[in-house]
Amino acid sequence: MADTPLLRLRGVTKAYPAVLANDAVNMDVMPGEIHAVLGENGAGKSTLMKIIYGSVRPDAGTVEWRGEQVDIQSPLMARELGIGMVFQHFSLFETLTAAENISLAVPGTIADLSDRIRAASAQFGLDVEPDSRVQAMTVGERQRIEILRCILQEPKLIIMDEPTSVLPPQGIAKLFETLRRLASEGIGIIFISHKLDEIKALCDTATVMRGGRVVGVVDAKVESARSLTRLMIGREIAAPTHSGERGDGHAVLEVSGLNYKPQDPFAPSLKDISLTLRSGQITGIAGVSGNGQDALTRALAGEIVQGSQDAGTIVLDGNALGALGPDQRRVQGLHFVPEERLGRGAVPIHTLSENAGLTTHHAGLVNWGMVKLGKRRALAQGTIDSMDVRCGGPDATAQSLSGGNLQKFIVGRELALRPKVLIASQPTWGVDVGAAAAIRQKLIDLRNEGAAILIVSEEIEEIFEICDNIQVMFRGQLSSPVQVQTTSIDDVGLAMAGDFAALAGREAAHG
Amino acid sequence: MARLVIEARPERSIWAPVQVSLLAVLLTCLGGSVLFVIYGVAPLKGLDAIFIDPLRTRYGIGEILLKMAPLLLIAQGLAIGFRAQIWNIGAEGQLIVGAIAATALAIQFNGTTSPLLLPAMVVAGMLGGMVWAGIAAFLRAQFNANEILVTFMLTSVALQLLYYLIAGPMRDPSGFNFPQSIRFDSAAKFPILIEGTRANASLYIGLAASAVAVIFVQRSLVSYKMSVGGIAPAAATYAGYSSKKAIWLALLISGGAAGMAGVGEVAGPLGMLQRNISPGYGYAGIIVAVLGGLHPVGIIFAAALMALVYVGGDFALLSVGVPNAVTGIFQGMLLTFYLACSFLLTSRIRWIKPDALAREASPD
Repeated sequence: MADTPLLRLRGVTKAYPAVLANDAVNMDVMPGEIHAVLGENGAGKSTLMKIIYGSVRPDAGTVEWRGEQVDIQSPLMARELGIGMVFQHFSLFETLTAAENISLAVPGTIADLSDRIRAASAQFGLDVEPDSRVQAMTVGERQRIEILRCILQEPKLIIMDEPTSVLPPQGIAKLFETLRRLASEGIGIIFISHKLDEIKALCDTATVMRGGRVVGVVDAKVESARSLTRLMIGREIAAPTHSGERGDGHAVLEVSGLNYKPQDPFAPSLKDISLTLRSGQITGIAGVSGNGQDALTRALAGEIVQGSQDAGTIVLDGNALGALGPDQRRVQGLHFVPEERLGRGAVPIHTLSENAGLTTHHAGLVNWGMVKLGKRRALAQGTIDSMDVRCGGPDATAQSLSGGNLQKFIVGRELALRPKVLIASQPTWGVDVGAAAAIRQKLIDLRNEGAAILIVSEEIEEIFEICDNIQVMFRGQLSSPVQVQTTSIDDVGLAMAGDFAALAGREAAHG
Repeated sequence: MARLVIEARPERSIWAPVQVSLLAVLLTCLGGSVLFVIYGVAPLKGLDAIFIDPLRTRYGIGEILLKMAPLLLIAQGLAIGFRAQIWNIGAEGQLIVGAIAATALAIQFNGTTSPLLLPAMVVAGMLGGMVWAGIAAFLRAQFNANEILVTFMLTSVALQLLYYLIAGPMRDPSGFNFPQSIRFDSAAKFPILIEGTRANASLYIGLAASAVAVIFVQRSLVSYKMSVGGIAPAAATYAGYSSKKAIWLALLISGGAAGMAGVGEVAGPLGMLQRNISPGYGYAGIIVAVLGGLHPVGIIFAAALMALVYVGGDFALLSVGVPNAVTGIFQGMLLTFYLACSFLLTSRIRWIKPDALAREASPD
C-alpha cells in the first residue's frame, strides 16, 4: 500500500473576506516523505496547514487521510488521526510551565512528562527547561516547546511551520537528522520554510504556492534556489548590495558594564555587557534566542531604564542615555525595531496612519498637544511608498497587513526620521523573501548614510549577509566583536553554544 | 449547502458600532415586550409608555434633558478611561463627593448674590470628584491595586460620608432635624432652561464636555497615548508612553466629570444636599459610555436614550402600572444585549449562497 498517500488534498478552497486564501489546492504527502510547502507570506500556506490541522474548515474540496475521505473538524480530531502541528504563532499558556503546557496535549503526570521532555530535549537538541514558565521565555524557547509537544504525541504526519528560524546551525543539522529519522520510520512531514537551501537539503518534494494557488510541484533536490525563487514570487530578486565600510567609523553609541537582573528568576540576566556601535557599520548579534537578547534590546531602547550605579553606562554622542525612556532616546536619534510586530511595533486595530505616529510624534507632528492628522497621514503614505508596503492605504488597520508588509511599514517608520542609531531585533523573522531582501537593503542604505546599526538575529545567514561585525550572545554575556570576513558560520555556531574562544582564536590567527 | 459564516471584518467600520447599538435597542424592545406580557400589559402600549410618551409633552422633554445632563458628563469622562482600559466604576461616589464639595461652598456663601458662586461650586465639585478618584489612581499607580474594586468600594465610603455630613456638620440648623442641608439660594443654583420644566443650564456643561471630548479623542496626543496603552500595552512600553500617567489622567478626568455632575444635582432639581442625590447616574453612566461605543458622539445619543428610559420608566409606572424597577431592567437589558452583540464590532455575519460556494470550489 505504498502507493496510498498519507494525505491527499483535492480542490481545497478557502475564502476570506478580502482574499481567496486557498484556491483549488491539490497536494499529496506520502508516508516517509518530507514535503516542502514553499511560498511568500500571504501565499496561503498557513491557511492550508490550518485546514489540514482542523482549525480552519475549507469552503470546498476534499481531504483524504490514508485513503479515506475525512472531514477534520477540529485540531483534537486531527491529533486523534495522528496529525501534529508546530505552529509559527505559538499556542502556549503564558502562566503555565513548559511541562504543564505539554501536559495539556500529552497524557501523563507532570513529573513523568518532565523526564520525557528532558530525554527528548537531549535527543533532538531542543533545549527546554520543563519547570520554567512560558511568560519568561523568548520566541525561540517557546517554539522549542511547540516542537517537543508535537513530537511527544507520536504523530504520523507532522506539520512544521518555519521551525528552523530559532535554531543555531548545529541545532538545525540536529533537527534535520531527527526529521530524517522520523521520515525513515514512515512518518510524513510537511515542512514550511522560506529558506531555500534548507528545503533543498532536507526535502524530497516541494509544493510551491503563490496567491493561494499551487504554481508547481517540483523535486526539491533538482531545482536550484534561483528557479524555486522565481516560481515562488514570479520574478527574480536582487541580492542586497553591500559595499565596503562607509562613514568615518567613529563610535556613536558606547555601552559599557551593562548589568541587568530581571525579577523573573527564569529570565536571562545581562552580565557586564560592553558594546560599541560605529558610524557606517552594522553590528550583528548572533545567538540562540533566550540568551538575553530581549533584555539587551530593551535596555538599549530604554524600555528597561538603568537607574543604579553598577548598571553600567549607555552613551550616545557624548550624552548619557541611562535614565532616559524610549521616547527621549528617540529624540536623541536612537530608534528601535522590535521583534514582535502586532501589539508591540504596531497597534493591531489602529490604522497605519495612527501607527505612523507611535514613535514619531516628537518630530513636528504635534502642535499644542494636538496631533497634526494630515502630517501624520502623509508620513504613513510616505512610508508606504518608500517601502513598497502592499496595503489598502494609510487607513488600513495594522492587523489587515501580512507580517512582511507590516514589518516593512514599521522599519520604514523608524527609518523615516533618519536615526543616528538603529537597533533592529529579528528584522526579517517570518518575513517572505521579497520583503526580507527589501528590508535588508534599506538597512544597508541607512548604514551607507553613516548611521550605526545593531541587528539582533537568530538567522546567521542574515548576519553574514549584511553585517560588518559580529558579536555572539550566550547566557547573558556578549563576546567581543569580530569582523565578518575573518570568521565563519561554524565558528559563530560554536560561539553560540558558549565557546567564545572559537571566535577570538580565529581572529587572532588572522592577525 | 448554503451556510452562515462569522468572519473577521477586513477593516474598521464606522457603522459597526451604530449597528450594534441599534440591534441592542431592538432586542431590548423585544425583551421588554416579554416583560410587559408577563405583567398583562399590551407590549406596544408598554413600549409606547416608555419610549414615546415622554416625548409628547414639554414636561417630558424637560425631564429627559434634565437627566441627560449628568449622564452625558459622567459617560464622557468614563469613556476616556475605558478606552485606556482603566475601569472607573465608582462615578456614583465621585458624584456624591462633588456634590458635597459644592454644597460646602453654597453653605459658606449663603446669602450672596455673586454670579461667581455657581462657577466656583462647579470647580469645587470637579475637584471633589478628582480627589475621590485620585485615591484610586494613587493606589493603582503605586501599589497596582485594582481600580475597579477601589472605585467601587469608595462609593460606599462616599455614601457614609454623605450620611454623616447631612446628619451633622452640614445639616440645616432650622430644618427640624431632617437629614438635609439648607435650601440653596438662587445664586447657588443653575438657571432653568425651558420655562415650566426642571431642565437647567447644567446641560450646557454636559454638551461642552462632549465637544471637548470630541476634540480630545480625535486629535490630542494624550488621548492617543492612552488608547495605545489600553489596546496594546507592549506597544505603549515600546513607544515609551507612561502607564502611570494614563492611570492618573483617566481617573482624574472621569472623577472630575462625575463631580461636576453631582453639582448639577444639588444646584439643580434638588436645590440642597440630601440622602438621595442620584438615582444611580454613576452606574447608568457606565452603560451610556459602553452603549455609545466609547465614542463622544455616540455617547450623546446613548445619554439621550438612557434619559428617555429613566423618564419613560416613571411614565410607565403611572400610565400602565408596571413597577418602577422597569427602568433598571431596561437599562440592564440594553447593556447585556450590547455586550452580547459587541462581537459584531470586529466580526460580521455573512450568508454564503450555495452557488457562490460552488463557484469558489470549482477548479476552473
